[in-house]
Amino acid sequence: MEKTKNTDIIKKYTMIIVLALILSFFAWRTGGAILLPMNVSSLISQNAYVFILATGMLLCILTGGNIDLSVGSVVCFVGAIGAVLMVNFKVNMYLAILAMALVGTLIGAWQGFWIAFVRIPPFIVTLAGMLVFRGLSNVVLNGMTVSIKEQEAFVNLFGGGANCYIPDFFGNGTLNLTCLLAGFLAVGIFLFLQIRSCRERRRKGYDRSGAFGFALKLSVVSAAVLAFTWRLSQHKGIPTVLIWVLIVVLIYGYLTSNTRVGRYFYAVGGNEKATRLSGINTNRVYFLAYLNMGFLAALAGMVTIARMTSAQPTYGQSYEMDAIGACFIGGASAYGGIGTVPGVIIGAVLMGVINLGMSLMGVDQNMQKVVKGLVLLAAVIFDVVSKRGGKLIAGN
Amino acid sequence: MEKVLLEMKHITKTFPGVKALDDVNLKVAGGEIHALVGENGAGKSTLMNVLSGVYPHGSYQGEIFYQGGLCRFHTIRDSESRGIVIIHQELALIPYMTIGENMFLGNERGRSGKINWNETYAQAEELLLTVGLKESPRTLIKDIGVGKQQLAEIAKALAKQARLLILDEPTASLNEAESGALLELLLHFKRQGLTSILISHKLNEIASVADKITILRDGAVIETLDKKQDLITEDRIIRGMVGRELSDRFPGRGNRRVGAVRMEVRNWTVFHPLYPERRVVDDVSFTVRRGEVLGISGLMGAGRTELFMSIFGKSYGEAVSGSLFLEGRRVRLNSVRDAILHKLAYVTEDRKGNGLILKNSIRVNTTLANLGAVSRWGVIDRDREYGAANHYREKLNIKCPGVDRQVGNLSGGNQQKVLLAKWMFADPDILILDEPTRGIDVGSKYEIYCIINRLAEEGKSVILISSELPEVLAMSDRIYVMNEGRIVGELSGGEATQEAVMARILSGERGEQNGKD
Repeated sequence: MEKTKNTDIIKKYTMIIVLALILSFFAWRTGGAILLPMNVSSLISQNAYVFILATGMLLCILTGGNIDLSVGSVVCFVGAIGAVLMVNFKVNMYLAILAMALVGTLIGAWQGFWIAFVRIPPFIVTLAGMLVFRGLSNVVLNGMTVSIKEQEAFVNLFGGGANCYIPDFFGNGTLNLTCLLAGFLAVGIFLFLQIRSCRERRRKGYDRSGAFGFALKLSVVSAAVLAFTWRLSQHKGIPTVLIWVLIVVLIYGYLTSNTRVGRYFYAVGGNEKATRLSGINTNRVYFLAYLNMGFLAALAGMVTIARMTSAQPTYGQSYEMDAIGACFIGGASAYGGIGTVPGVIIGAVLMGVINLGMSLMGVDQNMQKVVKGLVLLAAVIFDVVSKRGGKLIAGN
Repeated sequence: MEKVLLEMKHITKTFPGVKALDDVNLKVAGGEIHALVGENGAGKSTLMNVLSGVYPHGSYQGEIFYQGGLCRFHTIRDSESRGIVIIHQELALIPYMTIGENMFLGNERGRSGKINWNETYAQAEELLLTVGLKESPRTLIKDIGVGKQQLAEIAKALAKQARLLILDEPTASLNEAESGALLELLLHFKRQGLTSILISHKLNEIASVADKITILRDGAVIETLDKKQDLITEDRIIRGMVGRELSDRFPGRGNRRVGAVRMEVRNWTVFHPLYPERRVVDDVSFTVRRGEVLGISGLMGAGRTELFMSIFGKSYGEAVSGSLFLEGRRVRLNSVRDAILHKLAYVTEDRKGNGLILKNSIRVNTTLANLGAVSRWGVIDRDREYGAANHYREKLNIKCPGVDRQVGNLSGGNQQKVLLAKWMFADPDILILDEPTRGIDVGSKYEIYCIINRLAEEGKSVILISSELPEVLAMSDRIYVMNEGRIVGELSGGEATQEAVMARILSGERGEQNGKD
């Protein structure tokens, strides 16, 4: 019994260990450059869209390894609509945001309808969506770039442009105290909640795992958060977009682990027939997954055009692959039913670190793609083979 | 004398926790039709899977001698290359390929990877003539009926130069005329020297065509009857199949009081979801009482599962018609949700496929059908969820280190208990248990019988669908016998005997003759 427990722990934290190893590798090869405050900060702002999209993609993948290929195009399309509304039609910023969210959700509903109720394979529906919305983006933008530099309020709100940091309320120049304080606050809340729930579990006898593992987990997470915010505070503070990412991650993390709806995503992916025979409307679960994906793609669209301060018909290309990759590297099962939001975040960070590290090392763009592809393949091979009990070749 | 074609000696095959075959000996002479009979789970299919290499050499004990030589088959291909071809009950044909393509699948005509279609269809045509199937070999499989598909499957076997043909329930889904034609074909093959092993529940067919009959029971050979020496009648075969003592494998019925009628079903008819003209459940009416264990007996494919799944929120079938009364009031259950809200629970026969989420924990599985009971405003209360899971873990004696254990890692018996826990947690009045003891060990079976008794004593109605006659007889207050989608008999638990139930099943089968259209 004890033996399986140890391997379980290793399996559970494989990706964290891998992340730590890769981070140290790049720290070594770049002479510590990857850990510079500026680079830590850009890791977040460059990859914000991946965090947001991967969270939505996780829900789709949970329902049975279903992916959404259209997200990149939807990001572009929604961004295009927002930019055109604000610039060409002088629509109020908040109305434009509302319109973008609505368009994204409607696209999600459209694709979700075919997938969930008519049972057209998601691959086909979203492949079609990928073409349709890429084309429509071109139509909306007339094939041109629409600059939103003038829409400063919008750009600032979604963390783009020059002013993309939360202002320091205690301004003393070198160290951003607001950021540091936020880090301590976050760690405090985290520790409080974790310890309280652990006590509760222990009191009722549901949890008999060792205190050592628990303490280790708490200290590693706290240290990571503090180190991270310390680095950020040395640069310019909290990137605005991090707030958006945190909101998404916290909400969806809670949704997937603590609510009935969240449970249903796992159930459908684990065994759809059993779920249906348990009185759960499985069609609705599929629908929700894609509806939500559309909504989050809209949010990613806002973040993207804010960061670029413009909308272009080429934005969002291969975003879907980044999101899908982050999910699978983060431990989501290619067959559905398994995967967590924290896992996906680690997957996304891992991809981001590899990108950044290789760029800093001056690795050729094309080789970067090769490496990322191989990492993704390796992650899924590891997942599949370890689930088969370590046998590499499947029985016939 | 007749030459022995196949001899299986001392075959023992164990699955985790279950001995499926126990020192089985089988001798088949060349050119005979050898029937294999036994209840569901007696080990017939396992034995044939050992023979054909589905379970490779080494995964069982014992030896197989074929055409005088020792054989060690590792794959189905090995056995087929020696002319041993098995035709499974679930036909292995690909609907969107032609008859000819199917017949030579994996055995293609032609050279070095290139298929010679002329040769393929010419040979296919010839073989179709042999089996008496009047269809072009270019017809798609999906366009011909089940009876003709069965013939195509036999033609496919002949294309593999079959010397020993094994047919698993070949007539199960055929009508009377098709069955007759098929048996006639087997007799025709026999005259040409082809040997067949026939697995069937239809004893009248066996009595008429088989030369020898081997009876299996609980993984062991009971006897082999020879047409030349023994007088083979259906009663004689039945006696061999069921002759077992009930002894103390069952806890007994206990002292429960059967109350008033709780559920009534009238004129329930269900059609097959893929073949809309096929009636799977045919005008069935019955009642269920409070505090009663109602046994539903019948052979596989009798329509029992289909009947109860269609009642359970139309989770099976097309064009479901008939009326359902709960507590005297007519209700319409259009979804599983409705059924659960009306306090029905259906515990599936296929616990891995339809019942449990194997990669989730005991806790998650326990609460899945009634998450509302442990959550508030859509948020799950972990404490209450753990509480519920632990409560059932203790109540049903689920053996596990903790309720966070993955269900897939539990033994069959414990998985079954988790499945029961899940549906007991849904708080039903009527529990439909479909083959609740299939594939689990004797000890767990006994525990499940005790749970059934306890549920009945609490006033619940338990519907026990089971292919194991002794189980139905020992547990039920009342028994319905189903056959071919209809209820062909009702017996009270006290008086029913295995012979009486078997006789009803068989009489139902004979009554089939002037069939439906």
